[in-house]
Amino acid sequence: MSDVAERVKKIVVEHLGVEEAKVTDTASFIDDLGADSLDTVELVMAFEEEFGCEIPDDAAEKILTVKDAIEFIESHSG
Amino acid sequence: MFDLSGKKALVTGASGGIGAAIAQALAERGALVALSGTREDALAAVADTLGDKARVVPCNLSDPAAVEALVPAAEAALGGLDILVNNAGLTRDMLAVRLRDEDWDQVIAVNLSASFRLSRAALKGMMKRRWGRIIGITSVVGVTGNPGQCNYAASKAGLIGMSKSLAAEVAQRGITVNCVAPGFIATAMTDKLNDRQKEGILSAIPSGRMGSPEDIAAAVVYLASAEAGYVTGQTLHVNGGMAMI
Repeated sequence: MSDVAERVKKIVVEHLGVEEAKVTDTASFIDDLGADSLDTVELVMAFEEEFGCEIPDDAAEKILTVKDAIEFIESHSG
Repeated sequence: MFDLSGKKALVTGASGGIGAAIAQALAERGALVALSGTREDALAAVADTLGDKARVVPCNLSDPAAVEALVPAAEAALGGLDILVNNAGLTRDMLAVRLRDEDWDQVIAVNLSASFRLSRAALKGMMKRRWGRIIGITSVVGVTGNPGQCNYAASKAGLIGMSKSLAAEVAQRGITVNCVAPGFIATAMTDKLNDRQKEGILSAIPSGRMGSPEDIAAAVVYLASAEAGYVTGQTLHVNGGMAMI
């Protein structure tokens, strides 16, 4: 697992209070991990803080799964 | 009841009559209070009365960059932020047909837009900490309207609608968002009214007197307290009965 993936999953576990095993690449924040709309905004803000990148609203809307987040961050953080 | 020990509060417009009373009341209940405003000497004078419970963080809310910097500055000065009191406000009264665009814009910018930006900034930390209080000082005229104050009344009504929406968004994070709506309070702002205006207003107040800044501060302390945790999206009218809404 890449460093980014590990950090993303850690944030998700901490923020949503879910078991690490449930945070698979394909897990959907809302459907599988019980996030509400404010949770998803908070996750995006937490990712921005952790990785020092900016996630625009239109990109944030497309980050629905753990994998979406990892891929966005890997391609946008420098 | 209403103990605020260990809580960190930011009060805008803290050199004004109501703002100073709010800062004083929060500090008396144990909160550490950041005082914000444009007049540094007046803020320092208020801070002196609060002793080690006060920090001064000057800010001109007409300046968007200064608004963005205020919450981080307050968080740094206090070591966090649990209670935000959006109290700063100004009036540029004129009958609508003669009201200039710049006087409309400035009142909306300071009373409403700055309150939104400060709330947005404060919410980030409050959401993480799962506790917060945002209290907007609105006005009875935001609900009743008042000739000569369409800009001011619009800004204050806007504050109420904004607070209700914010309240719904963050209720699950242990954060409440409420307003206090003063009626006719004896301050520098109401001193500008002439005697005939004051007489007319007093005759419409069942209590038969003007309110004091302390009357408003007590309502703020209540809404800031842990005991008011189930009260959100509300407007608490403190007006001697002049409008029963």
